[in-house]
Amino acid sequence: MEVRNLICINCPMGCPLTVEMDGDEVVNVSGNTCKRGDTYGRKEVTNPTRIVTSTVKVTGGEADMVSVKTKQDIPKGKIFECVKALKDVEVQAPVHIGDVIVSDVAGTGVDIIATRNVLK
Amino acid sequence: MRNYDIVIVGGGPAGLAAAVSARQSGIESIIILERDKELGGILNQCIHNGFGLHTFKEELTGPEYADRFIAQVRELKIEYKLNTMVLDIGQDKTVTAMNREDGMFEIQAKAVILAMGCRERPRGALNIPGYRPAGIYSAGTAQRLVNMEGYMPGREVVILGSGDIGLIMARRMTLEGAKVKVVAELMPYSGGLKRNIVQCLDDYGIPLKLSHTVVDITGKERVEGVTLAQVDEKNKPIPGTEEFYSCDTLLLSVGLIPENEISRGMGVTINPVTSGPKVNESLETNLEGVFACGNVLHVHDLVDFVSEEASAAGRNAAAYVKGTSVADAAPEAEICLNPTAGVRYTVPSTIRRARMEDNLTVRFRVGGVYKNCFVSVYFDDERVIHRKRQVLAPGEMEEVKLTKEQLLQYPKLEQITFKIEEE
Repeated sequence: MEVRNLICINCPMGCPLTVEMDGDEVVNVSGNTCKRGDTYGRKEVTNPTRIVTSTVKVTGGEADMVSVKTKQDIPKGKIFECVKALKDVEVQAPVHIGDVIVSDVAGTGVDIIATRNVLK
Repeated sequence: MRNYDIVIVGGGPAGLAAAVSARQSGIESIIILERDKELGGILNQCIHNGFGLHTFKEELTGPEYADRFIAQVRELKIEYKLNTMVLDIGQDKTVTAMNREDGMFEIQAKAVILAMGCRERPRGALNIPGYRPAGIYSAGTAQRLVNMEGYMPGREVVILGSGDIGLIMARRMTLEGAKVKVVAELMPYSGGLKRNIVQCLDDYGIPLKLSHTVVDITGKERVEGVTLAQVDEKNKPIPGTEEFYSCDTLLLSVGLIPENEISRGMGVTINPVTSGPKVNESLETNLEGVFACGNVLHVHDLVDFVSEEASAAGRNAAAYVKGTSVADAAPEAEICLNPTAGVRYTVPSTIRRARMEDNLTVRFRVGGVYKNCFVSVYFDDERVIHRKRQVLAPGEMEEVKLTKEQLLQYPKLEQITFKIEEE
């Protein structure tokens, strides 16, 4: 039985997790204080994912940049591709929280959405 | 001169939450004075996720978290002035401020809530030898440049200090195409949250060198490189361990200092450990009716706890204005909170039982890394709380909850001692 020690990254508590594995199968997660920790532990050893945050340019608004994020977590291996896809994106103000900035980023099926309001 | 019941200095997370809770406690006349051009404070540049799990039970980015509170402030029609700098507050709670529209003006407040936040410790405070070339930034300045202005401070980066902002910027600069070569930390442990080491450094293979510091900066016009060296237990560089890293940028993430110039000016007593005001159970300073919350009080790791603390300050300021807190406060000896044996400070520093809410969260930090130890709380000589902890570290704020009921059972209680014990 393989044992992997992780730090849960869901919230700043940073619970120390112990994930017990039998081959590719997760047998048990311990050390977590909430359900998110269990889910994270299982995912991290099989298919690690992250929420990616960045910024894109905005024109005609009260700010020059608008912050964005992936609406859901995406596979870790797709992070750089995702950020690269945002490099030349430019949007027009107004932008509102939750507006889709790029749909299906880097073939992940996940949209990039705005995380701040930029009014005209 | 205009009159307000409550004047809140600062429109960041602390000021916003304090304003909302004061209004919900029935105070109509409230004004927030904010020096930036928008509300939200530092959250506006913290575009990463991880905010709000405690407050909203969902994971938000900084701007989204700020927006939740800004929306409440607007909905509750709480007044605020942007681009407005508070210059001075008198002991009589006369607030002197200025902006481009009103010029210099004065407001007479019944209560003041200090919510000015903190600033980054600058290079000047570090005694790093070397020239003063371009390319040396505090991590928060770099964060603002990248996330709000859209500029990259450099391409090859070394970071000194493992505070959370430095760790977050290591990831951010990497994602934007920079090469972050190393993060050096003077102490033998990280100053930031564990989760940030994992998701900002480990995820991208960025090395963290503990017990290391910058001993030289090379370059006259622009940073060309820095020399790191290992330090001994007295934090002195060990000769022969020097290592040169070529880079064009050095980011400093070496601590935050509460911004208390206004507080000091009005005669607020400052705790030398936190650099923030000394407060009682109501988060009230030594000046009656002057409250403090958020990073101006003590530097937090987590905005959710800032909001929680600021809500309490807002409620308490409201009670002060309405006179309810004074009415039921029988003159009684204050209980002193005594941080010792590993506990560096507590917020609050004193408790008056009569004015305490049913539940009181005491927050504190420890002075070193402790493994498999106990957080103990003594009421005078009796140990009443003894909680096992796997790890305690200076980078992570701790808390203990006390109840009014519990304290009323000890009518003669004079001192509550907080300590870390091995067993």
